[in-house]
Amino acid sequence: MSAPVVIETQTLEVSIGPQHPSTHGVFRMDVVLDGEVVVKLKPVMGYLHRNHEQLAEKMPWIASMPYTDRLDYFCSMSNNWAYALAVEKLAGIQVPERAEYIRVIMAELTRLQNHAAAVGFLLSDCGAWFTPVLYAFRERERILDFFEAVSGSRMMCNYCRFGGVRVDLTEQTLAMARGIVERFPRFLDEFEKLMTENEVLMARTQRVGILPKALAIDASISGPMARASGVEYDIRKVDGYGVYPRFEFQVPVGETGDVYDRYMIRILEMRQAVKILQQALRDIPAGPFQNPAVKLRNFKIPAGDGYGRIESPKGELGFYLVADAAGKNPYRYHVRPPSFINLTILEDMCLGHKVADVVVILGSVDIVLGEVDR
Amino acid sequence: MSAFGKGLLDGLRVTAVNFFGSYFDKGRKERLFTYQYPEERAPIPENSRTFPFLVADDPNDPVGTIRCTACKICEVECPPKCIYIVMDRDEKGKPRQRPKVFDIDLSVCMQCGICVEVCPFESIKMDNDYEKARYGRFNELVEHLPDLLKPNAYYHRIKPTEAAAVDAKLKAEAEKKAAKAAAAAAAKPPPKPAV
Repeated sequence: MSAPVVIETQTLEVSIGPQHPSTHGVFRMDVVLDGEVVVKLKPVMGYLHRNHEQLAEKMPWIASMPYTDRLDYFCSMSNNWAYALAVEKLAGIQVPERAEYIRVIMAELTRLQNHAAAVGFLLSDCGAWFTPVLYAFRERERILDFFEAVSGSRMMCNYCRFGGVRVDLTEQTLAMARGIVERFPRFLDEFEKLMTENEVLMARTQRVGILPKALAIDASISGPMARASGVEYDIRKVDGYGVYPRFEFQVPVGETGDVYDRYMIRILEMRQAVKILQQALRDIPAGPFQNPAVKLRNFKIPAGDGYGRIESPKGELGFYLVADAAGKNPYRYHVRPPSFINLTILEDMCLGHKVADVVVILGSVDIVLGEVDR
Repeated sequence: MSAFGKGLLDGLRVTAVNFFGSYFDKGRKERLFTYQYPEERAPIPENSRTFPFLVADDPNDPVGTIRCTACKICEVECPPKCIYIVMDRDEKGKPRQRPKVFDIDLSVCMQCGICVEVCPFESIKMDNDYEKARYGRFNELVEHLPDLLKPNAYYHRIKPTEAAAVDAKLKAEAEKKAAKAAAAAAAKPPPKPAV
């Protein structure tokens, strides 16, 4: 009986990115491969660092609002809301009811278009070359047109103000939003028929990149990624900020926490977002859309600190703000970006998988580098 | 569990429906959503904003009837600091309440529209012209006062509702001011006798 043959192999270090279509921006992964299997993965961030936090500390409170659009450029409306919420909490500002409803409508539409684009790109990473993305973008286009009609810009909306929003929704724009919400379920049905039960997709994504529930909690993963791993945690339910407690919706939760669950969770969340939108558009009250007591210029905040967070489409987006005695600009301004924290777990999900799966797993995290690097 | 390959075929049916549907008038608008720019242009919503411009009331004398008073509020409030203003002064150094230099660096401007919101004189507004390509990156992208000045009629053309509201507001303010001045003139005490 002879001893089993052991072949000496060498590991190979490959650098994926920073200019690689699968990395969704300027993000680099140092991957150490044994054959095709990943044995080590180091995410390298910081290529898109723009000094957002330090810039904000040198500027008046309102001047950071347009910069928050550029954090996660897919969901500028949610970013605006998170920042406005943090400042309102810190300064004790009341928000009129209509403004709260408008914010919910905007945030949920943002969730629709972000998730549509995210699953589209995920499928594109799997090899469904651009058909799903274009179907998703066709729908996203209508939402962006709505954003432009209301706020003036498709992506850099700069829409929320402390104590309200900048522009009211008119009858025409409300009708536009109703039209989008009405046709969105049809798009979802078509989209699901296109890919959800596809055998190739299942083979590529099921049991790939599993994130166990305990690890997800330990690594403070939030958003659809945590929920796909079975963590029932949604800040809309936990905090109940804005007028969310008034709406009836469910929080979809996954089981295995693999890539397919993350795909499915996003589809289900879009269905729930449509449900919230229907209720919000039905119940939106008349009234002022901006608290008249809040001035735009010479806005000051009493000394103190506060943390405001919302359930952005990618997870928990929080702003930690400290105001000093002068109160003219933030003394400390810190962003808790969801996709940055979600990205820290990338190595644990990728170990033991093939290098082609790394691309798919990264796509399922749904990162935007503007937010990761700030 | 359905038969193996059913999901794949279902997906292919969706793409086929979309592909052939785009040849029929009924599905065309739904499915072909790309605008063939520059032959075809997307309609611009009224709220749409790109870069700021300055409003002048009289198109024949834009510099004389500029609404801007060079108060420099927008220069201070602009988040990326892309505005540069120098006030016009006469020979004695007395301010003329209008800008001598008003530059906006388009390469720095991020189109947030905060200058419009803080302006107390309704003088700076957001344009919706998006064709601003230039042959250089530095001085070519700095717009000076003559480039920025646009007549009020242009503002009415691109944003009718907003411009009408602004005009009504300015008119009301002017009337209020005139009434106040008339009241002040009527209630003016007789001039003091010379000592």
